[in-house]
Amino acid sequence: MQVSLRDARFRALVFQLVALAAVVAGLAYLVSNTVTNLEARKIASGFGFLSREAGFAIGETTFIAYNAADSYLRALTVGLANTFRVALIGIALATIVGTVVGLARLSSNWLVSRLATLYVEVLRNVPLLVQLFFWYAIISENLPGPNAALRPLPGIFLSNRGIAVPTLVTESAHAWVLGAFVLGLLLAWRITVWARRRQARTGQQFHAFWTGLAVALGLPLLVFAGAGAPFQLQVPALAGFNFSGGATLTPEFAALLAGLTVYTASFIAEIVRAGVLAVQRGQFEAANALGLHRNLAMRLVVLPQALRVIVPPLTSQYLNLTKNSSLAVAIGFPDIVSIANTAINQTGQAIEGIAIIMAVYLTISLSISAFMNWYNRRIALVER
Amino acid sequence: MRISATVVALGSALALTLAALPAQAQKTLDAVKSKGFVQCGVNTGLAGFSQPDSKGEWKGLDVDLCRAVAAAVFGDATKVRFTPLTAQQRFTALQSGEIDLLSRNTTWTLSRDTSLGLNFAGVLYYDGQGFMVPKKLNVKSAKQLNGATVCVQPGTTTELNLADYFRANNMTFKPVVIEKLEEVTNAYFSGRCDVYTTDVSGLVSVRKSRAQNPADHVILPEVISKEPLGPVVRHGDDQWFDIVKWSLFAMLEAEELGLSSGTIDQMAGGKNPAVQRFVGTSGDLGKMLGLDPKWSYNIVKQVGNYGESFQRNLTPLGFDRGLNAQWTKGGLMYAPPMR
Repeated sequence: MQVSLRDARFRALVFQLVALAAVVAGLAYLVSNTVTNLEARKIASGFGFLSREAGFAIGETTFIAYNAADSYLRALTVGLANTFRVALIGIALATIVGTVVGLARLSSNWLVSRLATLYVEVLRNVPLLVQLFFWYAIISENLPGPNAALRPLPGIFLSNRGIAVPTLVTESAHAWVLGAFVLGLLLAWRITVWARRRQARTGQQFHAFWTGLAVALGLPLLVFAGAGAPFQLQVPALAGFNFSGGATLTPEFAALLAGLTVYTASFIAEIVRAGVLAVQRGQFEAANALGLHRNLAMRLVVLPQALRVIVPPLTSQYLNLTKNSSLAVAIGFPDIVSIANTAINQTGQAIEGIAIIMAVYLTISLSISAFMNWYNRRIALVER
Repeated sequence: MRISATVVALGSALALTLAALPAQAQKTLDAVKSKGFVQCGVNTGLAGFSQPDSKGEWKGLDVDLCRAVAAAVFGDATKVRFTPLTAQQRFTALQSGEIDLLSRNTTWTLSRDTSLGLNFAGVLYYDGQGFMVPKKLNVKSAKQLNGATVCVQPGTTTELNLADYFRANNMTFKPVVIEKLEEVTNAYFSGRCDVYTTDVSGLVSVRKSRAQNPADHVILPEVISKEPLGPVVRHGDDQWFDIVKWSLFAMLEAEELGLSSGTIDQMAGGKNPAVQRFVGTSGDLGKMLGLDPKWSYNIVKQVGNYGESFQRNLTPLGFDRGLNAQWTKGGLMYAPPMR
């Protein structure tokens, strides 16, 4: 190889080396500067604090028991679980609401389409933080105290402490019912596969959906009835300052979920509308000409093509919703950011705390992306 | 392989050269003098300690300490700028050098003094944590609070004491943790919480300044912790630490000597050697701190002594001197000798 800067390949190599060296040097400088400064100011560093006792209480937990004597690591895990809870439920609800509103905008009914337009234009143009404060204020300022709680249905209490609902007293029979439901779902899936194969082979149709539904619901119902229908509710009751018994949906969680759902749904609505409009009208007409029923044409011809347009931007909305859940800190929902902030403040270890927050969001976002990319590949146009 | 090894060697050599550069060699005093003002971190709005008045001018005991430091350094108490900070932002702002001095009703604790890389320059206000509840709940003691929902700010000693207290007394509670003072007090006054907890001074101030009808809220008799509140500086700059510490002591010493903004000119001509040292006509206390000989005179003349500041900011809200009286009057306020 000729070693001269006139050689384009050699020149490119030199430039890349210089760029790489600059990046490495920049990173090394940042790290060493941080370490030097932390040492000079005697600020503690390292992740040793994670095993220390946290000492602060957390308002609500998801599946993980926690009290103030537990470690910082456990406190952060509780925060992470709370983030997951609001993000997963939020994604599911936003998708449903967004799809309904998006299709409503395409409706030929004047009122329905205008209402949907109003929804989209208002909600996506008001900052999410403002919406969160709005929902939180509605819940905490308008609802009565626990003494004068509203009772929309027997056993359900609506107050500024949240929505208290009855819970089922679990017994061993319920596990069998759940098992039967899972078994029913598996059977329903087998039936669907069998029906599709039979149709491909013989052309005969079979109502796989209704049969599957009957199996999936009927099997657990049979088990439930067979076990003597054990059904006992634990109804919340006012004891002292608050309701005890049952389960409570806190105002913080409700406000955050409502805010994230309606805000993200307004974007999803536009994505769904764009997706459906992207499918040429001729496709629908061609499906009709082939004798496919309107619903079948939608399910077999239009939707698969629309999804191809919908899924990539939908992925970014899911990522946005998850990341926006960090605004929880403003209304007091204990998500990962809120807990990590408190940990930072109690231990003074800001760099480690921020690193944890970044790692968590990066992991969640990359996981969602990976899943949605897999789904996108599955529905993508297969080119031969 | 050869190439990547070269790159790594080159990179680390470069990094070492850069790392050898002094990280933050500049002294805080020099930095403050060259920019021409003291950047002081204060509360976002706690009446009596730091709150802007109707003209947008910051008022309060914490704010007066910032002005005292400015008067000591520049001979001009107005050369100070304020950075309003939440409880969570305050330490990072100080550690990162965004502010020169934190005067934001901050409790002095061992862990903050050591592992956070901070130095507490004394105690400006001796406080303790209390509980406030609406009168209509008819609660007489904190021991009756089992099961209550409690509003609290995150990242505070309050949050930890609260958990400790309920654990020690075998009680449970539901925390509602909101960062901004305005939001957390709104949550309490709207009824989202049964109890609001913070330092007693904060409770008195919030009740007086934010409640629709202050008489509807009672502060329970239990004081569950010691909360010595004071100004904070960064570790590792002893000169700046001394200046802040002695600016605070000068306010205390002036009160003890009977020097106030109104009387200091008249008393400066007298024969009391302690007063003469204080106003800088004898001795060279200022030089030892690296300041003007009239540094403490300027503090008292422009800001006033500790008692004046207390009288101006806290007495109208209904605060007693209590623990914060001079040691000669049964309190804890005690300045080491200025000689």
